[in-house]
Amino acid sequence: MHYPETRDAMAALVQPRQVHRDLYVSPDIYRLECKHLFSNCWLYVGHDSQVPNKGDYYTTQLADQPVIMVRHTDDQVHVLYNRCPHKGTKIAIDRTGNTGKFFRCPYHAWSFKTDGCLLAIPLKKGYEGTGLEEAEAARGMTPVGAVHNYRGFIFARMAPEGIGFEAFFGESLSSLDNMVDRAPEMRLEVVGAPLRYMHKCNWKMLVENQTDTCHPMVAHESSAGTAVKIWESMEKPEGTPTPPAMEIIAPFMSPYDFFENMGIRTWPNGHGHTGVNHSIHSKYSEIPGYMDALIATHGAEKAKEVLAENRHNTVYFPTIMIKGPIQQLRNFIPLGPDRTLVESWIFRLVGAPDELLARTAMYNRMINAPTSMVGHDDLEMYERAQEGLQTQGNDWVNVQRLYEEGEDLEQEAVLNGTTERQMRNQFHAWLKFMTLTMPDGSAGQTAREAAE
Amino acid sequence: MTATMTATRAAVTREDLIDFVHAEARMLDEGRFDDWLALWAPDGMYWMPLEWNQQDPILETSLLYEDQFMLRLRVERLNGARTFSQKPKSRCLHVLNRPDVDLIDNDAGRYTVVTRMTYVETRLDEQFLLAVTATHDLVWQSTDTGGALKIQQKRVDILNCDAAFGNIQLLP
Repeated sequence: MHYPETRDAMAALVQPRQVHRDLYVSPDIYRLECKHLFSNCWLYVGHDSQVPNKGDYYTTQLADQPVIMVRHTDDQVHVLYNRCPHKGTKIAIDRTGNTGKFFRCPYHAWSFKTDGCLLAIPLKKGYEGTGLEEAEAARGMTPVGAVHNYRGFIFARMAPEGIGFEAFFGESLSSLDNMVDRAPEMRLEVVGAPLRYMHKCNWKMLVENQTDTCHPMVAHESSAGTAVKIWESMEKPEGTPTPPAMEIIAPFMSPYDFFENMGIRTWPNGHGHTGVNHSIHSKYSEIPGYMDALIATHGAEKAKEVLAENRHNTVYFPTIMIKGPIQQLRNFIPLGPDRTLVESWIFRLVGAPDELLARTAMYNRMINAPTSMVGHDDLEMYERAQEGLQTQGNDWVNVQRLYEEGEDLEQEAVLNGTTERQMRNQFHAWLKFMTLTMPDGSAGQTAREAAE
Repeated sequence: MTATMTATRAAVTREDLIDFVHAEARMLDEGRFDDWLALWAPDGMYWMPLEWNQQDPILETSLLYEDQFMLRLRVERLNGARTFSQKPKSRCLHVLNRPDVDLIDNDAGRYTVVTRMTYVETRLDEQFLLAVTATHDLVWQSTDTGGALKIQQKRVDILNCDAAFGNIQLLP
């Protein structure tokens, strides 16, 4: 159906305990998300270690918008829309590179400084007296609305005006802090290319899955359950080392009470994490030399504190998750209502022994590759849901596990680890940022104007 | 020691190596996974790099880098009752070019065979195709009754390894 671009129309789709299936299947809703939701929220762009030198750039997408992340001559990282202001040609196509002091469009050789400003146009006299200075084209490559570098992680808000970075993320930044604090040199570096895994489903299914603690022992029985069975049935002479697969995959088969006691914390604006008390990452073996390196940085007390935090998945609404204890970031790039590109990135804890990075790389390929036995069953569920949600018999998707009457999603809370409160939190934030720049339906006044 | 070496010295021919690679692909196509697992050295590794010309399987992400425990898990999972992504099952076909024998060293018992192939995998209405270069590092393993070729490492380079894929569920 066609949706009017109003707050009332959107609010009708999000109820406290259920949401309308059109949030997942409607091309109209996806188009509105691109225009409003993804524009009003802070989205992850990349990591500054991908562009260490001036002129280094990295191309990616913020939802449906192609952008370039580039290090400018003043050492700041800028984020520009990837189009020439002249005819629209994408300025850079390769995923990474160095452009020197300026970008040069390959079509007509218009050139731009690495902050986007127009530098030169060949045969410029042809524009004399045409009022070029008034034209959009003369402004150069358009920057996104705002950029923030948080301890190396580059985020952007496409809307020129809106919520500030700190206000949007608030206390949830503690998960990013924990990941960076795990590095003896207090910084991370991206390692290698990301896994790129195409999902024929809506992006929200992936984001919800991150705090869905009632699926691992069911959907992943075929991999994790089989691993446990093989290991138990094997003859193990004294001193047989546990295969790495067991350490990483077996915890997926933990019983319900493990996940209940794990705990879930939600923060305002759709952020939240599983693994408040412990997680599937808690029992990883110690790596020799790592603790000493961390104590040298933080002192013994803080070092212990940093490693005692074993948060499982932290969702930064709307479209990324991170795993602090395993140094992984997954970016769910919404390419269409039924198409999501999942990029799984790994990071080196600078100053830590290589064995940690080896475990991180292993986790990434074992769990999140298009060839992963765990990933296969997740994607199977998402794609079945995407197809199932086409049915007309039931318009609603249920999110009411451990729902509490009158729950206040603008407040931080810690609950039983099997609650679906984090999913409800995401839909609450979805409605908030989707409608921030929409009229309410009758008066033609946007929600933001009404709030002022 | 010299006597034993002489007794079991390998006499592998170029044709033996080519037959081995063809037989391995056929086992995968026909789903004869127990036979397939028996082809591997105990410390054999299956490697599918993520990046073109990738050199390091340990400290960078790969698509696959699996030991015998993982490969056994992989094939047992394919036959599991609750393997939802294999209901219905996938099928695959390896279409091989003539393998190149790059190394044949019977004294050391080491061999390298490089095979270009097209790999096709299908499930339900979907089918995809990968252009693949498989590099088999094989070793001669002596036994009381003679010996056999075993896979020390199989490296599978996908031509478009940096593209975004959906599920690749069987083994190229």
